[in-house]
Amino acid sequence: MPGLDALPFPLPTVQQVIFILIAGMTVTGALITALAPNLFHNALGLVLAFFGVAGVYVLLEAEFLAVSQVLIYVGAIATLITFAIMLTRGMMFGRTSSTNRLMLSTAIISALFFLVLTGLLVNVAWPEIGAELAGSEQMIADLGEMFVTTYLVPFELMALLLLAALAGAILLARD
Amino acid sequence: MVPLNWYLVLAAFIFSCGLYAALARRNAIAALMGIELMLNAVNINLVAFWRYGEFVERLEGQVFALFVIAVAAAEVAVGLALIISVYRSRRTVNLDELDLLQG
Amino acid sequence: MQHWSTTLTNFFVGLGLPEPVAMAIAFIIGATALAIFAPTLALGLIWITRKIISRIQDRIGPNRVGPYGLFQTVADAAKLLSKEDISPTDADRVAYNLAPILSVFGVIMSTAVIAFAPGIIGADLHVGVLFLVALGSLGILSALMAGWSSNNKYALLAGFRVIAQLLSYEIPMVLAMLGPVLLAGSMRLQALSEFQSLEIAGFNIGLGWTAFIMPAVFLIYFISALAEGEQTPFDLLEAESELIAGFHIEYSGMKFAMFFLAQFLNSFFLGGIAVMLFLGGWQGPFVDQLPILGVVYFLGKAMLVYAVTQWIKGTFPRVRIDQMMAFAWKVLVPMVLALILWQMIALKLPAPTWVQYAAILIGNLGALALIVVILNRHLSKEEIRTKRAFEPTSLIGTMQPAPPSPGN
Repeated sequence: MPGLDALPFPLPTVQQVIFILIAGMTVTGALITALAPNLFHNALGLVLAFFGVAGVYVLLEAEFLAVSQVLIYVGAIATLITFAIMLTRGMMFGRTSSTNRLMLSTAIISALFFLVLTGLLVNVAWPEIGAELAGSEQMIADLGEMFVTTYLVPFELMALLLLAALAGAILLARD
Repeated sequence: MVPLNWYLVLAAFIFSCGLYAALARRNAIAALMGIELMLNAVNINLVAFWRYGEFVERLEGQVFALFVIAVAAAEVAVGLALIISVYRSRRTVNLDELDLLQG
Repeated sequence: MQHWSTTLTNFFVGLGLPEPVAMAIAFIIGATALAIFAPTLALGLIWITRKIISRIQDRIGPNRVGPYGLFQTVADAAKLLSKEDISPTDADRVAYNLAPILSVFGVIMSTAVIAFAPGIIGADLHVGVLFLVALGSLGILSALMAGWSSNNKYALLAGFRVIAQLLSYEIPMVLAMLGPVLLAGSMRLQALSEFQSLEIAGFNIGLGWTAFIMPAVFLIYFISALAEGEQTPFDLLEAESELIAGFHIEYSGMKFAMFFLAQFLNSFFLGGIAVMLFLGGWQGPFVDQLPILGVVYFLGKAMLVYAVTQWIKGTFPRVRIDQMMAFAWKVLVPMVLALILWQMIALKLPAPTWVQYAAILIGNLGALALIVVILNRHLSKEEIRTKRAFEPTSLIGTMQPAPPSPGN
């Protein structure tokens, strides 16, 4: 094919095409979460974004993290958020706008933040290729071992934090 | 492979969306969703830097991301319990109406 | 054992196709086969359910359409498809239409990691067990979306019940799934099936089931799976007399059929997970010599487990919602936590493997006995209290025969 060499940028590989699809999904979800006026649609957008992030983890060859993402974020956090939306559903169809008076300045700040960060990121010579990974089953075993050796104290503290959060949440939400 | 900065730009975009939702939305639950988005963006960065970094066999990036997920779960549980409790007493979850402490 | 995709790819390469194209075609064929297999299976499952339930209720069941009424489900499906597709006014359109799709999506995705036979598995993920657990949470989400978006208070109430029930029973179920995973040291479903072989005099009879080592854990999984599959005695979501059939009350036609399909397939695959984790998977005699036999063994065992759940459906009464929640949190969760802890201690004992397994078995049997004693004592107290509260003898005493009508 003679015409393809004349393109200003190289053709994307299969992995890059998959990345673009997943990134599109994540961006759509994030935009719905931030901008849609209906709170329930926000939650659905959030689920879409969570799935997209799980896809990103799969592309980064962190399968365990991807499945944990679906399990915890979609299964627990999104469900909790939806539950809370329903319990406070008197607020859903508001008479007022869904944004506060900081809306314009925040929008400008967010957009500027993104633009500055992007401008910075594309100008740094990041490594383009990651190192080859050893078997992913071994990686999961290593991950488990790290939690009970190097990171034992944070791991136990995490358990304590979750227990405290559990007790606190029950105490707060009770009548 | 996908260049690293693609991941970073994606994470930056998600972070900006989360920032907007956390600061500009009136509803407390929407603000909480924005915070979740920001945490996810951070996680993408952590995992991407792990994958493209020098020490792939050391799994610090993934370990840290898992800690972030666990903290996020705790944060959401407590945050939503607070929101529900506030809704019970004030019949509102609009952040700019909750100004009891304002002088 | 060679993976099916390798065989198929080699076949297409033999036909003269380039390798990436051959691989893509092989995977598309595999995915299509799984996606077609699931709904076809559901038609059979519905027929089996109807037949078993009617036998229990002393009826014959469907027997008009086709031999033994086999095509009755097909006729019913055709009827459902031709029904008018109604959306309630003020329904949240996006969520309302997305919910049934999401419920079927989650179930069909789980076929991808089911180990049918050596080498016959959609994708042998390293995190297969966790993948199945994660997909289960999609069902919760779809029920929630359906309940909310229908704009009907009964649907919403049922949606709340769904979350309460499914989230509560997910915890003992996942912890019970941890038992075989700890034993085999892998979350790959193929590795779990391979682990459950038993060689006697060099011949694999395939009876090294983990259910023999940990019967209590298996029982906990089975009970939790009944609740997760919304089966009797935990079918509160469908309680017709209270919630008018639950969160899908506003759905009709095709969308209702999708919820129906997802529910049947879900309860079958929960049984399939029980088979893979506890009942030997595709293991059986001669499966090493003839791997394709594994499909027969796996589907046979899964069908048997399914038939048992339908038997329970036909014979057990429904429990109350407070009883159900109390059972999950006060009985199943502490019991499975204690069992998993004991198993981890036993596996670290400085002793030969069979001593460790015997220790696990003794712990399981002890836990079962303890639970039966405690529950028995608790329930017998409960019975006395209710008798005093209702005083059934006085009720009979106040009943009077109807006065004779003057016309006679």
